[in-house]
Amino acid sequence: MLSILVVLVALIPLFFVAGYAFSIGWGKAVTLIWRPRVGELLRNTGLLVVGCVALTAVLGTGAAWLVERTTLPGRRLWNVLLVAPLAVPAFVNSFGWVSLTAKVEGYAGAVLIVSLSYYPLVYLPVAAILRGLDPALEETAASLGYGPLRTFARVVLPQLRPALLGGTLIVALHILAEFGALQMLRFPTFTTAIYDLYRSSFNGPAANMLAGVLLLSCMMLLTLELRLRGHHRYSRLGRGSARVIPRRRLGRTTAPCLLAVGALTALALGVPLGSLVYWLVTGSSTDFPLRDLVATTATSLGLGVAGAVLTMTLAFPIAWLCVRRRGRLTILLERSTYFGNAVPGIVVALALVTVAIRFAPAIYQTAVLLVFAYAIMFLPRAMVSIRAALDQAPPVLDDVSHALGSGPLETLRRVTLPLIAPGLGAGTALVFLAVVTELTATLLLAPIGTRTLATQFWSNSSSIAYGAAAPYAALMVILSAPVTLLLTRNRWRSMPV
Amino acid sequence: MRINGRVASAAGVVAVMLAVAACGSSSAPGTASGTSASAGAAAKPELTLYNAQHEDLMQLMVDDFTKTTGIKVKMRSGEDPELGAQLVQEGAKSPADVFVTENSPAMTNVAGKGLFAKVDDATLAQVPAQFAPADKDWVGFAARSTVFVYNPAGLKAADLPASLMDLSQPKWKGKVGISPGGADFQAIVSAVLALKGEAATKAWLKGLKENAKVYQGNSAVLKAVNAGEVASGVIYHYYWFKDQGESGANSKNVTQMYFGNQDPGAFLSVSGAGVLKSSKHPAEAQQFVKYLNGPAGQKVLADSKAMEYPIGNGAKANPALKPLSELQPPTVAVATLNGQKVVDMMTAVGFL
Repeated sequence: MLSILVVLVALIPLFFVAGYAFSIGWGKAVTLIWRPRVGELLRNTGLLVVGCVALTAVLGTGAAWLVERTTLPGRRLWNVLLVAPLAVPAFVNSFGWVSLTAKVEGYAGAVLIVSLSYYPLVYLPVAAILRGLDPALEETAASLGYGPLRTFARVVLPQLRPALLGGTLIVALHILAEFGALQMLRFPTFTTAIYDLYRSSFNGPAANMLAGVLLLSCMMLLTLELRLRGHHRYSRLGRGSARVIPRRRLGRTTAPCLLAVGALTALALGVPLGSLVYWLVTGSSTDFPLRDLVATTATSLGLGVAGAVLTMTLAFPIAWLCVRRRGRLTILLERSTYFGNAVPGIVVALALVTVAIRFAPAIYQTAVLLVFAYAIMFLPRAMVSIRAALDQAPPVLDDVSHALGSGPLETLRRVTLPLIAPGLGAGTALVFLAVVTELTATLLLAPIGTRTLATQFWSNSSSIAYGAAAPYAALMVILSAPVTLLLTRNRWRSMPV
Repeated sequence: MRINGRVASAAGVVAVMLAVAACGSSSAPGTASGTSASAGAAAKPELTLYNAQHEDLMQLMVDDFTKTTGIKVKMRSGEDPELGAQLVQEGAKSPADVFVTENSPAMTNVAGKGLFAKVDDATLAQVPAQFAPADKDWVGFAARSTVFVYNPAGLKAADLPASLMDLSQPKWKGKVGISPGGADFQAIVSAVLALKGEAATKAWLKGLKENAKVYQGNSAVLKAVNAGEVASGVIYHYYWFKDQGESGANSKNVTQMYFGNQDPGAFLSVSGAGVLKSSKHPAEAQQFVKYLNGPAGQKVLADSKAMEYPIGNGAKANPALKPLSELQPPTVAVATLNGQKVVDMMTAVGFL
């Protein structure tokens, strides 16, 4: 029952957009969707997705191969540095670039900067697969006369397919939802256009119809990925365990390879952090309004904790059902929550504003509504972590506990929870991180007087007060860093899907 | 399982409530300044202000108001049309007591839905009659002039446009920067619409869509003109003065031109304030509006770094500004500026 309720809440944005299109009538919806501006946005968004998917695939796979399969010096350090850009929100990264040079504005700059922010999402899964590959296949290929390049293309790459598809899908979904970075880079996409329309008409029909198109694009991506993935089997057959793969000696190419990884790190991490430090030190509008900084940090922390707790609480029963009572209905329930992945924050916010005004005025303009928006958006992250943890906790222990006379509550408290605690921790951390750096839903839904690190950063940087914006950005990076470090240790298991 | 799930959820909900309560109390950092001074004023209500003016300016005025009256004000900030449309949707249920904008078209939208209470006559008397609509639904408290900013390195004096309308001509392709997503430019368009009519405005917008480079905000336009990314731009006067006042880093290569001559490009936009009919504290709300365009509020405005024009009777603008009397703005009745129509037209042309 409870699970169904949660799923219904998670689906509010979908119902809402569909209902809205229906309520304004087909004719009006068509005139609002079928106009040149929408074509322009579609073209921009599509080109950006294609460019970034290609670039992140190359950067992520290349870096992962160097770290996992070669004798590159300092591999452990590189592994951390290559994942670290995840701790710098994309809009802080583009702030770093834009505040130094206007040359990055437009398509090329957008592809570059967004890719630099998101390539770790490809790097992480690809590195995990590369580490676990059975060398036998590659040795067979070599014995059949394939050179190293051909082996990579014909043997390794096909095995990377699920990781590459999964990783680039996340990149694509992130791009569809990305707002701050692209607004700063003056590259309009659906998400930035919806925000502009929101500023010009609150939740008017034009904004809602754009949200509908955006939602459709997200769903198309998800379907496309399912199709491409196909039904191949990738796990190893046969007995015994795979050997550790011998690393490829880089020899004389060591220096260029080091240079490449170094350059990637410098661009993805050095530029934004360097520019933050620069503005902190020299910005004319920099002052450290200590009270404001403390108050905003406290608000961000509070919302982050509230969002994480609510999201985990809502996700738990569904994940539990899905693992322990597997059936058609529970699978459907589980899949429905993943929908939140495809819903950009701005669509969720737009839907909740309108729904709350009409049907729930009591929670309109309160933190409760905002926290619910977070829960809808980040439910998938929580689900993934809880599921993975539950999968590894043998149900037989529950049975043993029951047999020894413990009631369901007692079993939950003494057996299940301790077993899955690390997974719950990772999930909470992931959701917390996402909430702290969330911008669009917060801009639209934050209660009167509430300022978060992200919104304060945004309002300062959009009025070109770079110095004043820098402290808020720095605080966001500092809050995100520990969670990102956790990711490099836990590797792929707890990645947001 | 069902029991487990429920208990877990209940615990979670309690935790959320606690956390929400905690962050609720830590919010609104800026409005706390006047509290200690007014210990005896615990009974005074707190006003809710929907603020579309620059937040830093309004914070100064609010703080001064709170200091003298003991009435606290909390702000929700946004853009003119956004907050205006929000008020229309919220209707009688709106938590807002006062609405303050940068430009008047959003005031007209809200007034059109009958959501404003009449402004007190004494408050109206504090500014010249042209700065308020005849039906007394709201009142002006500040003004800003449209300007043409250009980089002399990229644009010769002989090539300067004689009128804002010229910018739709093909020769301006790629040479003019604007921020059409913002309320400021939309107000300028509303003036063009009021002065030139719908057909001419539509044609002008179409030409501009071809020519203009789009930026996010007027500060970004100024910065781009300064850096030579675009030869010119259409913004309000105070961005240049504000930047000059700070360091000049984003305006040192920029010259301002006032169209004057009653051209649409000399449009003087009025920032308005009004009391919502649904306000639960109408007396205090009226008091706040009276403060805004009264001597005390106008002085805070004039002394601030905002560089907008005060318009109260006898109020003196910052001497660095070109005097209000020399701007030669076109005559537009404030009540005729239509925000919603402009947004629809700009959506149709593809700016939004």
